Amino acid sequence: MGAEAAAAGVDETPAVELRGICKSFGPVQANREVDLAVAAGTIHGIVGENGAGKSTLMNILYGFYQPDAGRILVDGRPRRIRSPLDAIRAGIGMVHQHFMLVEPFTVLENLLLGAEGGFTLEAGIARARREIEAIERDYGLEVDLDAVVRDLPVGVQQRVEILKALFRGAHILVLDEPTGVLTPQEADHLFRILENLREQGRTVVLITHKLREIMAVTDHVSVMRGGRMVAHRRTSETSTEELAELMVGRKVLLRVEKGPARPGEPVLEVAGLEVRDDFDVPRVRDVSFTVRAGEILGIAGVAGNGQSELLEALAGIRRPSRGRILLRGRPVEDAARARARRLGHVPEDRLRMGLVRSFTAWENAILGYQRLAGYLRGGFLRRRRMIAGCVDWMERYDVRPRDPFLHAADFSGGNQQKLVLARELEHDPDLLLVGQPTRGVDIGAIEFIHRRLVAMRDAGKAILLVSVELEEVMSLADRILVMFDGRIMGEMAAEEAEERRLGLLMAGVTAEAG
Amino acid sequence: MPRITAALFAGAILFAGGLQAQEFKPAIIFDMGGKFDKSFNEAAYNGAEKFRKETGIAYLEFEVTNEAQRDQALRRMARKGADVVVAVGFAFATPLEAVAAEYPDTKFVIIDSVVEKPNIQSVVFKEHEGSFLVGMAAALASGTGKLGFIGGMDIPLIRNFAYGYEQGIEYVNPDAELFVNMTGNTPAAWNDPAKGAELAISQFDRGADVVYAAAGGTGLGVLQAAADRDKLAIGVDSNQNCIQPGHVLTSMLKRVDVAVYKAFTSARDGTWQAGTRALGLAEQGVDYAVDECNEDLLTAEMRARLEEARERIIAGELVVEDYYSTMKQ
Amino acid sequence: MAARRRLPFWADYLLLPFLNLSLAFLVSGLVVLLLGENPIAAVKLLLYGAFGFGEAVGYTLFYATNFIFTGLAVALAFHAGLFNIGGEGQAALGGLGVALAALWFGHLHPLLAIPLAVVGAALLGGIWGFIPGWLQARRGSHTVITTIMLNFVAASIMTYLLVNVIIKPGQSAPETVTFAENVWLPQLHGLLQPLGIAIGRSPLNLAFPIALLCALLVWIYVWKLRLGYELRVVGRSEPAALYAGISPATHIVLVMTIAGALAGMMALNEVLGAQHRLVLGFTGGYGFVGIAVALMGRNHPLGVVLAALLFGALYQGGAELAFDMPRINRDMIVVIQGLVILFAGALEHMFRPTLEALFVRTRPVPV
Repeated sequence: MGAEAAAAGVDETPAVELRGICKSFGPVQANREVDLAVAAGTIHGIVGENGAGKSTLMNILYGFYQPDAGRILVDGRPRRIRSPLDAIRAGIGMVHQHFMLVEPFTVLENLLLGAEGGFTLEAGIARARREIEAIERDYGLEVDLDAVVRDLPVGVQQRVEILKALFRGAHILVLDEPTGVLTPQEADHLFRILENLREQGRTVVLITHKLREIMAVTDHVSVMRGGRMVAHRRTSETSTEELAELMVGRKVLLRVEKGPARPGEPVLEVAGLEVRDDFDVPRVRDVSFTVRAGEILGIAGVAGNGQSELLEALAGIRRPSRGRILLRGRPVEDAARARARRLGHVPEDRLRMGLVRSFTAWENAILGYQRLAGYLRGGFLRRRRMIAGCVDWMERYDVRPRDPFLHAADFSGGNQQKLVLARELEHDPDLLLVGQPTRGVDIGAIEFIHRRLVAMRDAGKAILLVSVELEEVMSLADRILVMFDGRIMGEMAAEEAEERRLGLLMAGVTAEAG
Repeated sequence: MPRITAALFAGAILFAGGLQAQEFKPAIIFDMGGKFDKSFNEAAYNGAEKFRKETGIAYLEFEVTNEAQRDQALRRMARKGADVVVAVGFAFATPLEAVAAEYPDTKFVIIDSVVEKPNIQSVVFKEHEGSFLVGMAAALASGTGKLGFIGGMDIPLIRNFAYGYEQGIEYVNPDAELFVNMTGNTPAAWNDPAKGAELAISQFDRGADVVYAAAGGTGLGVLQAAADRDKLAIGVDSNQNCIQPGHVLTSMLKRVDVAVYKAFTSARDGTWQAGTRALGLAEQGVDYAVDECNEDLLTAEMRARLEEARERIIAGELVVEDYYSTMKQ
Repeated sequence: MAARRRLPFWADYLLLPFLNLSLAFLVSGLVVLLLGENPIAAVKLLLYGAFGFGEAVGYTLFYATNFIFTGLAVALAFHAGLFNIGGEGQAALGGLGVALAALWFGHLHPLLAIPLAVVGAALLGGIWGFIPGWLQARRGSHTVITTIMLNFVAASIMTYLLVNVIIKPGQSAPETVTFAENVWLPQLHGLLQPLGIAIGRSPLNLAFPIALLCALLVWIYVWKLRLGYELRVVGRSEPAALYAGISPATHIVLVMTIAGALAGMMALNEVLGAQHRLVLGFTGGYGFVGIAVALMGRNHPLGVVLAALLFGALYQGGAELAFDMPRINRDMIVVIQGLVILFAGALEHMFRPTLEALFVRTRPVPV
């Protein structure tokens, strides 16, 4: 029995116990010596920032990954879980962030998948229907078994996933960020279901980064940071403030040498902006701010809170549904014209947007700037000039290997990012949009990238920085906005910003509530 | 298997023929359908085979697979010293015109088209006359007064079949209703029995009880559908009466085999003549088939009517128009 | 970063196809052996039939011309990430364009009439490429579906027009009248004769140099022009295109129109250069073989030209083989062609890993 479980005063054997779990992906250590004990018949929350190792840990529990070291005990007995099938046999069910349902099938057909039972489908279906209806009654999981999944709202689809796990005999249910796709009402309904499950003696593991949910529904909470399990608490004996602090940590910031900002004219003015995603869901709601020349405005927030859509709208890639974006006083029409008006953009996802993987470095070095007069002679590309330019930037930005003919996919993440940065900075923009500048980039390159951004600022350029790395925003930005669920939760000057307050805002807790 | 043995045999004889340069050397070029198309090209092949079996003389052969090969194959045969070259199909007309001028000493025969040159014999069939008679038969056999026609690809040749058929029907029963469907617009239409069956069934559903298929391999589906629905079909080109006995009223015979056979024999015995030979009822180039499979369907009474019409057509008292004369310009 | 190792240009474009081709011929040889013929003799005959004498070379290049046009039509569209299966229909419409121009303007001076026919081919073929391009760009209809369907529509249009409207009256063949000689594309044997160069009589005509010119222009378009650069970005990554301010829709429409025009110009070779009249079904499947040609040519114009030569040689050498080795009939030729497509196209990755492993250390900078 784990020491923490004992500390929490639970005497029974934990439903699930993980001991000394280690897992590396190449040089990245996703889990380091992780211990976790989940008491039977409780709701246990696991919190942590993106990349803290929560999902890796749960995927190990569910058999998607094999740990490099460590043991898994279910109901006190050591189990080898090599595949999700083993996990199901051990009584572990999982509800993924992205549902694994066959949309054109009915609910009943989905539930039967992989558990058809019997030679003829008919007999199995009749038996299954009786069993499932019993489960529905026990847990208050009302779902119409004959409805087609595609037609159901997201919240109900999630109930189908839960039902599926229970039907397969799960007494330990793992939910990965279950409220990410739900409306507040749907989330409340989900919590009632989870409480029902607990009352019936089932065990629930809830993975989330929303502290309010932890406080609302869990009995115990464990906090992960940087691949380690840093704390275990009884929910009744902790607070959102404490959890936020534990989540963000107190690590030394990567301090960037920079003097005070000397903000000048407004370069980018955003007012009442609303942006919808491809499914017409508003992802940016009523956002207004200004970026001035000579300052870095940082936008902090947990990934998926509208930052991507905001950046795309500002760059002219995505058309806003409401509000306006003024670049030097004139509206931004589209990506091509925005660039012509000296807008630089380092996109969040360099491999999807910022680079063409199968293009050479020099071809990538003009992506987005292919219409510049200097690169063309009567419609023909001035290849020699482009290659020379690329070689020069590779020199100055220390891109390795220094081969302009190498394909983008063959550079490491840090070198890819330096290539994108070189392209966007060296075309001398007035406004630079930067998304996740150091994602997947090694420490040495991070410093270099940060220094370049500050140098840009000091040269009088306006910079908008979006990052999920709180430390990065705090060390680079002159002013900080926090985005949550598409809205700006608050603004503060960098010198006034404290991690605790930012962490709360990022988790959607407003100052009044905190 | 028969294909391989036939090719083997032809090859062996071809080789022998090459050694005896003095021998009479006929040649035949098949159209894109290939010599085993169960229809037009195969009939031509049968005629050539008949000649070979009777005389023991081998022939040169080639199956074209694209347009450019028509010209190439004609020239190739002439250069190889063929005495007579039979080009099977109207599509050879234009290339033949050029090649025949280059090889004035070679005799050429073209089937289904007319090319006027001193060394070309053009063999055309009066499909409209044969179709007229089967049209009469269809109208006589019909209980509903509704009749069907299913063509392969919509080309003038097939329209000529349909036109004769229509006139034959009208001759017997001016009030009869005729449904005409073409199978398609690509050469695939010649070999789509499933679609042939579908079209036939839809015509049966509209009340037709006799359907004439002039559609190559597609017609086999029409015949099958007639058997399935207990209706009647009319076959084409070769005698198809016994493919679905009791359900094939008759077949409109188009004696391409006879034409090829005659071209070879006449060239051999020196009676070959250039010019156009239009083979109709009088020349027995077209006919309707009677055998043990359809004796009961085609009653003596009906046959008497058909024979009477045949006499009148041959005598010139009854004129069956061809489709080409109706084309504008 | 799992860096995928790449082969040097010559290994990718010459050695690999050569290996694949050798294997295809090896398997074909086995089939020939099964038929009881001598495979060595068959290959000799095939090569002799394709390249052995002037006329043979002429026919080989004549067929290659068709394949260059239809192969380019597939390859170009592929650079925009589109699969153009509509070469057949685009070529048919191109033929219609040629025929209409030839019938209307045949009386004009050749220097006027022939360019008009070229424009006719490109224009109607281009329209037949524009339609699926537009549907893809604006409505998201997949080009694989729309181009296939438009092949059927084209076949129907051609049949209707050739049977009812532009047929030479009073004949059974669905063909137009023979065009005025003014508008015939000069055949090369005729052009070279006055220069004292005797090549055998073949339908090889001016369309061949035009095809080579088109290959060069496609190369320039894709790799030398800004338009081509943007086109390739669209083809490789749509998000990157949007990021770079490139409109995928514009490029999709443009490239499909040009691809259609290229396929349509196949009609120059067949209709204006060889048949001198519009014949129903003159496209003869060249549009579909163009897919294999593009696949084998790795969508590079030079590769397309080489693959077109290979297929031209197979067509012509195959015909000679059928003439002289009757046991190897036309179906056998199709089998050999199929094997070439199988090994050189579909299975082209078979030798790749081994070759790449061989080249790990010696990768020079590609030029």
